[in-house]
Amino acid sequence: MSGREERNILLVGVGGQGTILTSKILSQGLVDLGYDVKMSEIHGMAQRGGSVSTQIKYGRKIYAPNIGPGEADLLVAFEKAEALRWFPWLRKGGILVLDPREIYPVPVLTGEATYPENVVESLSAVVENLRVIEAAKVANELGSPRSQNMVLLGALVSLLGLEGAAWKDLVARFVPPKARDVNLLAFERGAALAMR
Amino acid sequence: MKPVLLSGDEAVARGAFEAGCAVAAAYPGTPSTEILENLARYENVWCQWGSNEKVALEIALGASIGGARALAAMKHVGLNVAADPLLSMGYAGVNGGLVVVSADDPGCHSSQNEQDNRLYAPLAKVAMVEPSDSEECRTYIRAAFDLSEAFDTPVLFRMTTRVCHSKSLVVPGVPRDPAMKPYVRNTGKFALLPTVARVRHRLVEEKLLALEEYANTSPLNRIEWGASREVGIITSGIAYQHAREVFGDGASYLKLGLTFPLPSKLIRTFARSVSRLYVIEEGEPYLETKVRLLGFDCIGKELVPLCGELDAGILRAAFLPQPSPAGQKEDAPALPVAPPRPPVLCAGCPHRGFYAALGRRKKSVVGVGDIGCYGLGVNPPLEGFDYSICMGSSFSSAIGFSRALAQRGDARKVFAILGDSTFFHSGIPGLVDAVHLGANVCCCILDNRITAMTGHQETPGTARDLMGNEVVPVDVVALVKATGLPEERIRVVDPLDLAATGAAMDEAIAAQGPFVIVSRRPCVLLKDVAKSFEGQWCEVDQELCRQCRQCLKIGCPAIASKEGRIVIDDPVLCTGCGLCMQVCPFGAIRKGGSAR
Repeated sequence: MSGREERNILLVGVGGQGTILTSKILSQGLVDLGYDVKMSEIHGMAQRGGSVSTQIKYGRKIYAPNIGPGEADLLVAFEKAEALRWFPWLRKGGILVLDPREIYPVPVLTGEATYPENVVESLSAVVENLRVIEAAKVANELGSPRSQNMVLLGALVSLLGLEGAAWKDLVARFVPPKARDVNLLAFERGAALAMR
Repeated sequence: MKPVLLSGDEAVARGAFEAGCAVAAAYPGTPSTEILENLARYENVWCQWGSNEKVALEIALGASIGGARALAAMKHVGLNVAADPLLSMGYAGVNGGLVVVSADDPGCHSSQNEQDNRLYAPLAKVAMVEPSDSEECRTYIRAAFDLSEAFDTPVLFRMTTRVCHSKSLVVPGVPRDPAMKPYVRNTGKFALLPTVARVRHRLVEEKLLALEEYANTSPLNRIEWGASREVGIITSGIAYQHAREVFGDGASYLKLGLTFPLPSKLIRTFARSVSRLYVIEEGEPYLETKVRLLGFDCIGKELVPLCGELDAGILRAAFLPQPSPAGQKEDAPALPVAPPRPPVLCAGCPHRGFYAALGRRKKSVVGVGDIGCYGLGVNPPLEGFDYSICMGSSFSSAIGFSRALAQRGDARKVFAILGDSTFFHSGIPGLVDAVHLGANVCCCILDNRITAMTGHQETPGTARDLMGNEVVPVDVVALVKATGLPEERIRVVDPLDLAATGAAMDEAIAAQGPFVIVSRRPCVLLKDVAKSFEGQWCEVDQELCRQCRQCLKIGCPAIASKEGRIVIDDPVLCTGCGLCMQVCPFGAIRKGGSAR
């Protein structure tokens, strides 16, 4: 928390990718670390493949729950085009964690719009701190595509230097028992990727 | 107790439980839905969905008259439906405390308008309380029940999306004993015949004066003096949090939690003590109008937007303009543009089959839509209907719409579309009139067995209630038959059977007068349904595929044109519903095999 009173984390992706579960675990870990925490999410269309975001602010005392353009210290994009959409929310000098996974929106599927090319290259030209984490790929390798979110959680905990909380216990508590082991593995892989 | 992270909705449920609330009812609607879902988990609170918001509020008001503390919850537009009982309950007052939660949606995250329901409080002549975070949701709802009983008034508990759906720390309190008030017959209070209502109106006006007196000293309204009295800010709800974030400890605040009746004396004291007065509120100039009526000049809506959701960035730009912090390096090249990503019907959604069949009959049909998942069918490529106004309006408005089309010589048949939950909510009266008046309308009930859009809440057609009890599922088709519509004008179809669904539509088009199609298949996201689809998928035979792109016209998120080939390549998404197989003219799509 050196210098500034608070940190803002924005998780963005596509409905169904598990951004909300990630935020829940992250928020609880931050509470356990002794921070004041506010987390904001918008429901309603979340399961319908729309663009979704969850926002977490933590620090000594937090007032407004939501993060405006230019205010995110860390932007975690679960999908490539969503990184582009939410990039204006990143503050100057902030970190962008990007999973280059592509999910085509319906206007692209039907040919009304095109999926952008050279996204990573373009973003790396404008973002000082860009970290590409192939979380979906790692999750597929683990045989559990849905554990993409835990790979990204591992990565961001490591990037923010938040190791002090019992993250693995939290992951185990929040994910379905059947998927616990693979999600713990996913978390570890993500943490390792971010440290490289 | 240890602090816990709760959303505003969860904290309202906790607070209502602590306050000894014994009966609660709601109709699901974002962002209010989770209040009842969470309250139902506490012991000794009888929680149920009403078939609409008016029914929910009337369940609660009946419980209040009977002596129980009762709560009704709904989204902002739901209060329009429940306005009738609310406005008269203002006259009658309460017995057990009665709290009506209105969850407004500034920014229209999932609503058809962004009405500011604070304006209902003066209209209904009921007290109003506004929390600004989760802990206030818990403590203020307790205060609201006390206030309701102390002043014999229903309390409008007004929340907004960012309060409902933001999580912040809450310290759970000790539950109060849910002591029931005695019930004594009192027709002079609760039987609102004209003679009674006239007397009650005078009493309400007196009550409001007493409430305003109390509002001046209520702990829900507080002044937070800052380092300076140069800038004073009057604010309430989530706007308080945004204002604190932007102006910090430098400014002084009049933070209002009891916002009807507004505390004139307190506002005067505060306004006189500061050099510059700002009124910072989301939505309508509700507080500002009062401040100006009291004779104080202030800065409000000329700087704070009337439309949309407020945030700290908007306030900063309005009040403290300075160059915005760019996230880019100097002289950065322009970025590619992200394609739009509108919400879509899920892969395997039964509504898609209905719209696919309807889309093939576009020349002879005009669609009229309603509020629910099937509302997403308006978007390309389905474009299944032309308009949608408010919940339950499709059947009834189609009566007039079809009349206007006929008058101008337009021969197209009007297909009015709504879901099972919407049918029970307010679709039934429209159906009754369509049948009774012989309207040339095909009323379509897209029955997916659940309230899907808000996350699977039980409907009157479900065999289980909110508390998990087995109940009588009300039969949609039996209700339709009960209108007296002849059976040959009623069809029940499986929407994933395109031919059968299309045949029923053709019959409806050919028939003059009212017709009903019940399109019946459960939501694909229901757990047992999802399980039945597990391990199923479709795949495209590239040898047979001629790239005609017919399969893309059903707008399924699982099927795509990638690198010149039509593919179903998401391992999770496709449910194998088989709709794309039915639209493919070349038999190029088949059920997946073990090869995958």
